[in-house]
Amino acid sequence: MAEPHKLIIEAGRAERHYWADLWRYRELFYFLAWRDILVRYKQTAIGVVWAMLRPFLTMVVFTVVFGKLGKFPTEGSAPYPIMVFAAMLPWQFFANSLSEASNSLVGNANLISKVYFPRLIIPSSAVITSFVDFLISGAILVALMLWYRFVPGWRLLALPLFTVMAFAAAMGVGLWLTALNVKYRDFRYIVPFIVQFGLYISPVGFSSSVVPEKWRMLYSVNPMVGVIDGFRWAILGGDVRIFWPGFTVSNGLVLLSLTTGIWYFRKTEKKFADLI
Amino acid sequence: MSDVVIKVENLSKKYVISHQSHERYTALRDVMANGVKILSRKILSPFAFRDSPLSEAQEDFYALRDVSFEIKQGDRVGIIGRNGAGKSTLLKILSRITEPTSGKIEITGRVASLLEVGTGFHPELTGRENIFLNGAILGMGKAEIKRKFDEIVEFAEVEKFLDTPVKRYSSGMYVRLAFSVAAHLETEILLVDEVLAVGDAQFQKKCMGKMSEVGQDGKTVFFVSHNMGAVANLCTSGLHLLNGKSKYYSDISGCISAYLSHMSGKTNEVINYTGVKRPPELNLREGAKFINARMISEKQEIPWQIPFPLNPVFEFSIVVEKNVPKLELGLALYNYSNVEIASNLSSDKLQMENLQPGTYKIVVEYQDLNLLPARYYLALGLRTDIGMEDYIPDAAQFEIITSTASAVARTYIRKGILIPKVEYSINNQG
Ligand SMILES: Nc1ncnc2c1ncn2[C@@H]1O[C@H](COP(=O)(O)OP(=O)(O)OP(=O)(O)O)[C@@H](O)[C@H]1O
Ligand SMILES: [Mg+2]
Repeated sequence: MAEPHKLIIEAGRAERHYWADLWRYRELFYFLAWRDILVRYKQTAIGVVWAMLRPFLTMVVFTVVFGKLGKFPTEGSAPYPIMVFAAMLPWQFFANSLSEASNSLVGNANLISKVYFPRLIIPSSAVITSFVDFLISGAILVALMLWYRFVPGWRLLALPLFTVMAFAAAMGVGLWLTALNVKYRDFRYIVPFIVQFGLYISPVGFSSSVVPEKWRMLYSVNPMVGVIDGFRWAILGGDVRIFWPGFTVSNGLVLLSLTTGIWYFRKTEKKFADLI
Repeated sequence: MSDVVIKVENLSKKYVISHQSHERYTALRDVMANGVKILSRKILSPFAFRDSPLSEAQEDFYALRDVSFEIKQGDRVGIIGRNGAGKSTLLKILSRITEPTSGKIEITGRVASLLEVGTGFHPELTGRENIFLNGAILGMGKAEIKRKFDEIVEFAEVEKFLDTPVKRYSSGMYVRLAFSVAAHLETEILLVDEVLAVGDAQFQKKCMGKMSEVGQDGKTVFFVSHNMGAVANLCTSGLHLLNGKSKYYSDISGCISAYLSHMSGKTNEVINYTGVKRPPELNLREGAKFINARMISEKQEIPWQIPFPLNPVFEFSIVVEKNVPKLELGLALYNYSNVEIASNLSSDKLQMENLQPGTYKIVVEYQDLNLLPARYYLALGLRTDIGMEDYIPDAAQFEIITSTASAVARTYIRKGILIPKVEYSINNQG
């Protein structure tokens, strides 16, 4: 037999095996994500339709309000609906991830108090579930492109890169909210507010180029600004340009929120079973 | 076969219990409000000697205190102790679900724990899907589950329902499937909390068989149970937990008798409940509470012991702190192997409506119960339409002792728990 597995448990001991354990429990991770997806689409026959309808309707409203009534400019030569939807995709992913992740631990309370596994698995699989919705809404974007006969350019190849960035943003902020939600249970009232408020201050309904130049840096403090700009740059192509200084700031903040999110989550995760 | 696989040194676990709220978590709102209070107090009286506590009665509570023991490979250890003694807490620490407050544990080998059957089962998913999900939750890989799949299904006897969502299962089938997944875990160390007290008698027997099989092939097993018969059957050594302290016995019978003698030492005449901790997970409202209990049957030479076939009669003092619209007293009677024999509700016979704040005495008299000589336990509860007011799981125990009447009735040849009243008739058919 292989070398016997040795384990030492002590208060406050950093888990030497943590990342190895995470790898060992990867199947649990698949299964949890698979369960959430399966249950989601099993319970509500209209699950798929709903995942598509919500961003689509929001896009229609934004197009009417900002594009038609507000006469906001689009980016480059892209039709307004496509410009909105290119932002809607990462935004929906981010927003769904935050709400799903922040409730995930409390929703799986009995798992947490009865079995051991790296707790990071639970919010991560919630983010994955939202990613499935993201892929489904991606189909709408394709449909819109066909409808408007819009051909994306070579930059589309960079889209996976920006998707990774969206992932990092969703995980980082998601982990913070998840851990805080266990500790301060009234946080669940704050999350929907953050999500809703975020939709208005992020450049979803309009292009971030309408923000005056001197405010662009400050505006980029919202990490989703960078992600959304990246998505538009990749999808819309043409003469869409990225505001590089702001983009760098956004990216830095995404990385910062991811690393501190993991740090804070791991710091508090050992207390979860006692608190939940 | 004598290597130490688990070494526990001075293990303690502290919980912080707040009496103010029934919730275990903090509300951000309270933290902010308290912050403001402290600040305003500092401003208003900067020379105050010290802060009076803000959230009253935050109490430290040690569920385990300086527990040390060593377990060798292949030992089957029974963990016994009263409710709240810290048994589940110990298993949770050993399985890394929660962190100890101090102390050190060294474990050699992989640990699997079964603290509850069916953790993570999802009602919407089918039996087949749940086997994979639950296996993964317990730490099995997909390949391992696939390999064991047929065995699991066969043991659970649910072949026909594999593709039915488990919400359509009877509770017995559900438990069988859940236990079956867990029983096929392959780890060197297995921790099992009181989970076998479920399912029907036949399946329980099967589970016990599986458990001893598991113990046979060199696995180290921790087994928590209130069922002394099962513990005696299954375990080789024992750990007796008492108010967070532990004592290790290398033979299980010594451990069981220590536990039982401690239990019977508890029976003085009046059992007081004022300082007794209630299970926090019940979120009791505590608008009405038990103060104490007495057994007032006649012929008790030793308190809480009555000769067969007398009926137990109890007197409970309760305090009503808030006006409760409608109060109900619940009693559950258990035998020594934790089988619930009966549960009674006072509302069957007695209306307790609109009780004003104050203390009350309630007398409960069982009639024609005819319990066989043995030891019995009582759980007590108070509830209203809005919820549980008080609950004491291990409230009292009493003993029915042998007597001339039991000799006449030959209770020693009778199986079961009690002798119900039965009428017989015979007529000659020619
Ligand atoms: N998360 C928690 N927060 C506060 N107190 C807790 C928590 N978990 C357990 N306790 C307390 O710790 C003590 C030990 O609990 P534990 O569940 O280990 O008891 P047990 O021996 O398993 O009892 P039982 O026989 O009823 O299962 C109890 O008094 C319980 O109230
Ligand atoms: Mg327990």
